Amino acid sequence: MTGGVEIAGVGLHPFGRFGETTATELGGSAVRDALADVGWSPDETRRRIGAAFCATAYGGVAAGHRVLGTLALTGMPIVDVEAGCASGGAALALAATSLRSGQHDAVLVVGVEKMPKGIIRSSFFEPWREQAGLAATPAYFALRAQRLLREHGLTADDLAALVVKNRRWGAMNPDAMFRSEVTAEQVLASRVVSAPLHLWMLCSPNEGAAAMVLRRSDHGVQLAAAALRSHLPGSVLDESTPLAGIDDADITPPTALAAADAYEAAAIGPADLDVVECQDTDAARELLSWTELGLCAAGDQPALLDAEARGAGRAGPAINRSGGLLSKGEPLGASALGQVVELVRQLRDQAGERQVPGARVGLAHTIGRGANASVTIVTR
Amino acid sequence: MADEIVHATGPGAWLGVADDGAATLLGGWSASSGRAHFPPATLCPYTGADDVEVVVLPRQGTLWAWTAVTTAPPGYEGPVPYGFGIVELTAIGLRLVTRLTVAEVDALVFGQPMRLVVDDLPGGLTVWAFEPDEPE
Repeated sequence: MTGGVEIAGVGLHPFGRFGETTATELGGSAVRDALADVGWSPDETRRRIGAAFCATAYGGVAAGHRVLGTLALTGMPIVDVEAGCASGGAALALAATSLRSGQHDAVLVVGVEKMPKGIIRSSFFEPWREQAGLAATPAYFALRAQRLLREHGLTADDLAALVVKNRRWGAMNPDAMFRSEVTAEQVLASRVVSAPLHLWMLCSPNEGAAAMVLRRSDHGVQLAAAALRSHLPGSVLDESTPLAGIDDADITPPTALAAADAYEAAAIGPADLDVVECQDTDAARELLSWTELGLCAAGDQPALLDAEARGAGRAGPAINRSGGLLSKGEPLGASALGQVVELVRQLRDQAGERQVPGARVGLAHTIGRGANASVTIVTR
Repeated sequence: MADEIVHATGPGAWLGVADDGAATLLGGWSASSGRAHFPPATLCPYTGADDVEVVVLPRQGTLWAWTAVTTAPPGYEGPVPYGFGIVELTAIGLRLVTRLTVAEVDALVFGQPMRLVVDDLPGGLTVWAFEPDEPE
């Protein structure tokens, strides 16, 4: 029997704000697109898909059942998966395992979200901590950004350049929320949310859905690795947002843990990557992610930014050609799967103006609440 | 130990005022792990060791990271902007997330000496904060 897992079909509902449209409708749209992409009839779909995994953080009870109910696809096991920003990566990891174990021949993975506006609020924090002003997530991002600039020798201009890069690609992505280019001057002139972070350096929580059909097959786009890790205790600035921490120089961050697992499973290294989608909750988060994923050394981010800005002679993989979360917005449950949809399009040579010529190996990365980090590798 | 518990829930369990009027914050110490933690927990959060003793944290530290919160986050009814940062209690190697009494980010510098104070917020909530530790 084959050992491979193929991403046989993908579907995406654009990320943005869609008024009264429900998360269930967004998810149904993405699933329909994914099934159409595979080309299976409704009867064939029911016969072949053995289970469904639905990633969502705010979708509520039985979100997956509601999505599949609208498509008359219930009856199979449906499991909702919550792992913060990495929910989609967690769902993919479970789905892949259910195929590799031989339990199923094909499964459906869907991510749906309809986020409240503004600062993300969740049951994660005890009420007193919100009342005390110690639960302001963008302020935590700002502290991490300040430390990154200091420890990696970067500046606010590098943060602005990162935003300019992602928004430039986002302008070419019809599925993105923000589809206009911006200048560094505009980024630095936007309101200071928490220094050093300006409003345009932060991604917007929003709405969207993504779906894919996985099946056991050695053909097509392969899901080479789907790794999920949580944080080791002790780092005061990691996404578990503790109230205290210790010297963390020897504490491996969750992204690096997940990346090591994924590189080992796929038997590749960072130098093999053609295209990367990585977490850019804020501009500093992406620059930190580059080092945690092994894309560059601490302090070398400006060289990659310069190469991207020149558009030629890339020093490494193309990063966030979708425009990233800074352009797309972040619907938590859908964001990781949205990244994988972008990678599949790149590997199929279907990414239009954003196409990375000859892309064969892609990596998707999320890091967020929990902490949870997911690293997914796709190959062709 | 704290001489007086100033609030009954959340930080009130860890924050007090000593006889001399100085703020007192409690943490945990595990001898086997050799590390301090906050808030005080039953088990050492880094190793799971059960030899945790409650200790009074040092009142002095140095500024490790800081920013200002400019818009009231959900569930918060106190003043804005307010200072927010991390003070390193270097004597025990603990990095503590805290409110800061200074919200002008340009008025602070890395490594600046800071000292613990008590911050009264609307709704009767009292929390720990740090202010620049000016030589007297």
